[in-house]
Amino acid sequence: MSEFMQLTVSGAFTGMLYALLALGFVVVVKGSGVINFSQGEVVVLGAFVMSWLLTDVGMPFWLGIPTTVVVMLLVGAGIERFALRPLQNESMLALVMATIALGSVIRGLVPMIWGDGLRAIPSLIDQRRYEWLGISIPTITFWSAIMVLILLGAFGYFFSRSRLGLAMQAVSDDRVAAQSLGINVRLVNAVSWAMAGGIAALAGFVWGSLLGVDHRLVVLGALIFPVVILGGLESIVGAVVGGIAVGLVESLSAGYLNDDLGAGFSTVAPLIMLLLVLLVRPHGLFGRPEIERV
Amino acid sequence: MALIAMETGRFHENYAEEIAVYGTPYRRMWILAVLAVTFVIVPLVASPYWLVVSTLVGIAAVGATGLNVLVGYAGQISLGHAAFAAVGAYTSGLLVSRAEAPFWVAIPVAMVAAGVFSLIFGLASLRVKGLYLAIATLAAQYIVQWILTSWTWITGGFQGIVIFEPIQIGPFDSTTPTGKYLMVFITLALVVVFVENLMRSRSGRAMIAVRDQDIAAAGSAVSPLRYKLLAFFISSAIAGLSGVLYGYNAGLVSTEVFTLTLSVQYLAMILVGGLGSIPGSILGAGFITMLPIWLRDLLPAVGIELSASVEVHLLTLLFGVAILLFLILEPRGLYGLFRNIKDYFRMWPFSY
Repeated sequence: MSEFMQLTVSGAFTGMLYALLALGFVVVVKGSGVINFSQGEVVVLGAFVMSWLLTDVGMPFWLGIPTTVVVMLLVGAGIERFALRPLQNESMLALVMATIALGSVIRGLVPMIWGDGLRAIPSLIDQRRYEWLGISIPTITFWSAIMVLILLGAFGYFFSRSRLGLAMQAVSDDRVAAQSLGINVRLVNAVSWAMAGGIAALAGFVWGSLLGVDHRLVVLGALIFPVVILGGLESIVGAVVGGIAVGLVESLSAGYLNDDLGAGFSTVAPLIMLLLVLLVRPHGLFGRPEIERV
Repeated sequence: MALIAMETGRFHENYAEEIAVYGTPYRRMWILAVLAVTFVIVPLVASPYWLVVSTLVGIAAVGATGLNVLVGYAGQISLGHAAFAAVGAYTSGLLVSRAEAPFWVAIPVAMVAAGVFSLIFGLASLRVKGLYLAIATLAAQYIVQWILTSWTWITGGFQGIVIFEPIQIGPFDSTTPTGKYLMVFITLALVVVFVENLMRSRSGRAMIAVRDQDIAAAGSAVSPLRYKLLAFFISSAIAGLSGVLYGYNAGLVSTEVFTLTLSVQYLAMILVGGLGSIPGSILGAGFITMLPIWLRDLLPAVGIELSASVEVHLLTLLFGVAILLFLILEPRGLYGLFRNIKDYFRMWPFSY
């Protein structure tokens, strides 16, 4: 029982960190309607920039973290300007391939700049574990999860209350209608990609602190899809719920099923869940049920 | 001189003319020339190195032509074609090595297995389309990779290596460079003929109708469900065949071959070559397969020496850049480029 509780709690907390990865994806869907297959790579880029500024350049945290966020905001806006804006009105396939190609560019570029080795991010908080009723959670996971909750709250407020946030929702809903109502569609697209970059900087910080900064962090990108498919592609609440669900599925299958089904089953369990969700409820828990289907 | 006259505006007077493969004598001449170069001149003239390179291009072209049926003609996306190729390769390899089946039984069974397996994921296309399908097939890719690496009772042993017994019939030997070359290009020719004919048939036209407007297709008594699944099946069976060819060419398959990278490369091939075009698939397969070779040969020629690891990263980078450039500058791909140039000369000295 205590093993079950431990797996559940640590799964839920890790799931919050998956929600952070998914948030960057959701923001792009909300603001530009593009399915971004390169968010994992953008997170890796954020982690490397963060690690470089904090160790090689030697910035303190209060300067290094905001600087990375700003850099990644610009990277995100740059991606939108040079790769996606020329492809407006192109087919879904073109957009999917464009983001995959972007991922490839980043995956090639990052080790060419920073080398192949494993890098570290200095720890902001002391690396201990919180113990409570026999359940232990690494401090870094705990505080990251708190940060994610605050961030998700802020984004939820932004999208439901602020003028720009509502404009972004309008654009993703119907580009032409939004434009005819005087919304600056280009600005909205650029802002959503910039936000995805900024979120990726934070995600890079969190995941880089947990696992070390390495090109292998891109595998996290594959976990974004189960999260957003379960939660609903453009839902922030969905990202949280989906993130926690994926964290639980992964943690519990690692605890109970890996021995029977083969090592590493926990890494594909979320993807099997994804397929089931697609068959049963393709728009996810909180998504709009307006998927065209035939 | 009718034989070498350039084609001019062509107007079909009946359906038979519309679907004719040899539309004009000019086109027939081209097809014969391509066949002669592929099957007579290249095997006689090319050095072993270029035979090996062409063989790799041919294997990729088989997979790309298969994927083009699904993406270019039926308008569905698959990020899991490497996984379907893996199913084909492993089925045929294991049937021959464990069940001692002859290759001419194992290969068709492998193609059917790859096709049927893909239908599990193609079923997702019944409820969803477009990007959701891309995500479902992406999941397929990861799941197959995991099965191949973890379930050693299927694949057997370290890294799931399965040895392919060479095929020897009379003078033909699948271990020599020429034998491999002929094996791959005869298969490619068969695949091209099959796909070309498929696209002239009711089924092919129905796939195109589903791609262009699925609701209108359903309204014209063309079942989108049926033709999407048919496209999935055919496309993956051909991908499985490409996996089999890979196995016979390399002598073995391992789990490291059929990764997501390969799936993305297949997509890049048909995109760079030209969606919905068979010559495009082959051109694209050539372009993407040759990219690392060009990089390795050209950089030292201009005086740039790179370490092997930097070269790999540069290749990853250039691969992405090439796709982006084609998407933005020439969405119809190399074949579109070729047609533009051809049209320019055909119309010359007028602009249209």
